[in-house]
Amino acid sequence: MDAKTYDMGKIDIAWCPGCGNFSILKILKDALAELNIKPEELVMVSGIGQAAKIPHYLKGNVFNGLHGRVLPPATAIKAVNKKLTVIAESGDGDMYGEGGNHFLHAIRRNPNITNIVHNNMVYGLTKGQASPTSMKGFKTPVQVDGVILEPFNPLAVAIGLGASFVSRAYSDDLEETKEIIKKAIKHKGYALVDLLHPCVTYNKLNDRKWFKENTYYLGDDYDPTDRNEAFKKATEEDKLPLGIFYINKESVPFEEKLFAYKKIKKPIYEREVDFEKLGNLIKSKKS
Amino acid sequence: MKDVSIVLCGEAGQGIQTVEKILASILKSSGYYIFSTKEFMSRIRGGSNSTEIRVSDKPVNSFVEKIDILIPLDSKAVDHVKWRISKNTVILGKKEFIEGKSEKTFEVPFTELAKESGNKLYANTVTVGHLSGMLGVDFSITKDFIKDFFKKKDKEIVEGNIKAAKKGYELGKKMVEKNGIDFKLKRNEKVKDYLLLSGTELVSLGAIAGGCNFISSYPMSPSTGVLTFLSTQQEDFGIITEQSESEICAINMSLGAFYGGARAMVTTSGGGFALMVEGLSLAGMLETPIVIHLAQRPGPATGLPTRSEQGDLLFALFAGHGEFPRIIFAPGKTEDVFRATRKAFDLADKFQVPVIIMTDQYLLDSSFLTSSIDVSKLKVKKYFVKTDKDYKRYKVTKNGVSPRGIPGYGKGLVVVDSDEHDEEGHITEDLDFRTRIVDKRLKKMDLIKKEIEPPELIGKRNYKILVIGWGSTYYGIKEALERLEEKEISFLHYKQLYPLHPDTKKYLAKANKTVVVENNATGQFARLIKMETGIQIDKSILKYNGLPFGVEEIVRKLKGILKKEDK
Repeated sequence: MDAKTYDMGKIDIAWCPGCGNFSILKILKDALAELNIKPEELVMVSGIGQAAKIPHYLKGNVFNGLHGRVLPPATAIKAVNKKLTVIAESGDGDMYGEGGNHFLHAIRRNPNITNIVHNNMVYGLTKGQASPTSMKGFKTPVQVDGVILEPFNPLAVAIGLGASFVSRAYSDDLEETKEIIKKAIKHKGYALVDLLHPCVTYNKLNDRKWFKENTYYLGDDYDPTDRNEAFKKATEEDKLPLGIFYINKESVPFEEKLFAYKKIKKPIYEREVDFEKLGNLIKSKKS
Repeated sequence: MKDVSIVLCGEAGQGIQTVEKILASILKSSGYYIFSTKEFMSRIRGGSNSTEIRVSDKPVNSFVEKIDILIPLDSKAVDHVKWRISKNTVILGKKEFIEGKSEKTFEVPFTELAKESGNKLYANTVTVGHLSGMLGVDFSITKDFIKDFFKKKDKEIVEGNIKAAKKGYELGKKMVEKNGIDFKLKRNEKVKDYLLLSGTELVSLGAIAGGCNFISSYPMSPSTGVLTFLSTQQEDFGIITEQSESEICAINMSLGAFYGGARAMVTTSGGGFALMVEGLSLAGMLETPIVIHLAQRPGPATGLPTRSEQGDLLFALFAGHGEFPRIIFAPGKTEDVFRATRKAFDLADKFQVPVIIMTDQYLLDSSFLTSSIDVSKLKVKKYFVKTDKDYKRYKVTKNGVSPRGIPGYGKGLVVVDSDEHDEEGHITEDLDFRTRIVDKRLKKMDLIKKEIEPPELIGKRNYKILVIGWGSTYYGIKEALERLEEKEISFLHYKQLYPLHPDTKKYLAKANKTVVVENNATGQFARLIKMETGIQIDKSILKYNGLPFGVEEIVRKLKGILKKEDK
């Protein structure tokens, strides 16, 4: 499929010139095209923030909900219609801050969705405050003397909870990131793509140069099925590894385990209420 | 009418609910009208809890203060219900629990009789047998139910329990004969065909009948029963049930499910609903339907977790930032609880708005007899459409309702956005369009107003005094008025609170005096009426100690108002 299938035509995009989000949008369209996912079979679920605007910039179904509340509706949409490809995409503040609790429990549920988190270590839409992933010492209009909190480590958390697919990518590496996203979408179960990208307006600490100098790719000899090794890699701080950290191929997605599909296989919307059965259930309440 | 109020009182974990369950079934099968309700403390063991079982030769569906037979199961029990004991109350039980507590105390060694039957654990069965004997039930019916209740247990246990029931039965029978106490009631064969349903079951069955196939919720008293009930039906009715990590998750999940083509609901109580408020506002913006079961308990904050109140009406009415239409139901009659819940799903889907069903602990935890609910002719109408290539989720239409597509059904794209959006659903800051789409959303109210459930008038049409109530007070006020036998008083019960039925003004204008009866401290429905009609309700009977109104209390307070009227 042609990546142009997802083009929205002439639209006004709210990102700053040079923002890492532009390359993420291109990568996503390319990945979807290569996987032949039709726009009408795709549901982009997002929250609020600059990253969360991405569903408006490509063709697909969209559920752009509340800040921090991306994963609950994404989980439910997949649960009621397993034929849909569901991508839950938003920023680091949305997913790891406001939505932190849902992040933990979505991993536990393991729905067959792809969770792409734009991680630029700063808040964009609210103008430059610290994000949960900001580095210590990072100065902002609120954290005036620099961030004093430990940064949130999404990969270590996800691996710790046994997430079935955990990866980190970088927006400027178009080919590598596209391959990671394709694998994440194809993975059966919850797949995390922590997607590092520069914020040209508010993060002068972690700029393009910094990302180049402080990241490296996991090699061909790396075994992503080894959870302990994955955890070790996730806690490396000197240089941030990129690639697929961990895959649990045995995991069974949430929606495959639901009782609602045991007797009836079709999507929820195609079903009818069994009133005969309901009548019998009511009758059983005579004693 | 003759009725007997039996109250069992003791600590949590002593098996009061087991006695209630078996006894209710036995009495119903014997042809007696029954009603049961409970009040309990927020703890798993200990404390003082009581259950009332009303037995009558006429339909009874409400809590009464009076106690005819009291069975205290611990030393604190009699004091716990002291305010309800009169000189006519028969108190039965262990010597140390009853001694000197009333004029009519009778020592019944439940535990000893149980031990004689094989195990002291059979004491509750002795109680069931004793009460059966006192009320003159055929022992064969008691025996059948005991057998059925313990059918999964060993033969020895079944036999032991039957023996225990028999011992209790004989003693109970002898006791009433010897002391000239008469609790015998006329039987009515019709009762056997009635359904015995709790408010929780009525809401749950109504939800299934409304096509509910998705529920995500976080446990919170007194709302949890609906989640539990639907979970037991998930395989048979294909319902996805999920215990969410929070109420915030619950409502956002349910909105995702409805967007995806399911019919979804959440069940919660005040504090949980507070957490859902942003999601409620999202439902308003997305025009994604949602059904919210709001089971009230006394607040603010954690309040009295296991008690009852009607304190969240105005909160439900105003919850959510921004302006958007909503519907609020508050059924009280058994048939209405089922019907309103079913209808909630239909209206939510039809008008793409949130629908809130307000109940409370008293309604949910009470069991009512109700005539058969016929579902054989029911259907669920689906309102979503198959989309075409040019589909626009928020197409501005004359009546405000834009055809709702769902993802994956048709060639179109279904775009919904919590930001203000254009007709396609994409984010916009076109301020001229903003006005148009706000008008479109609010326009739906015109259609909603065409389908308001009218209030039910009980009593004569030419009344002088009009008593007004909503939700769970239905039966209590109805029975109070029957007892008062004042021809000039009628009762207007509202099962839908918002939008308020337009006939309200006419009803109020006809009365010389209006009295609102509400289980809250500030008369919230009276305030809603004032807001919508400009009419001030004259008097209010309010209760907010955590308990429901007893019939006698409503009678007393109404009499007080009538007395002042005379002067």
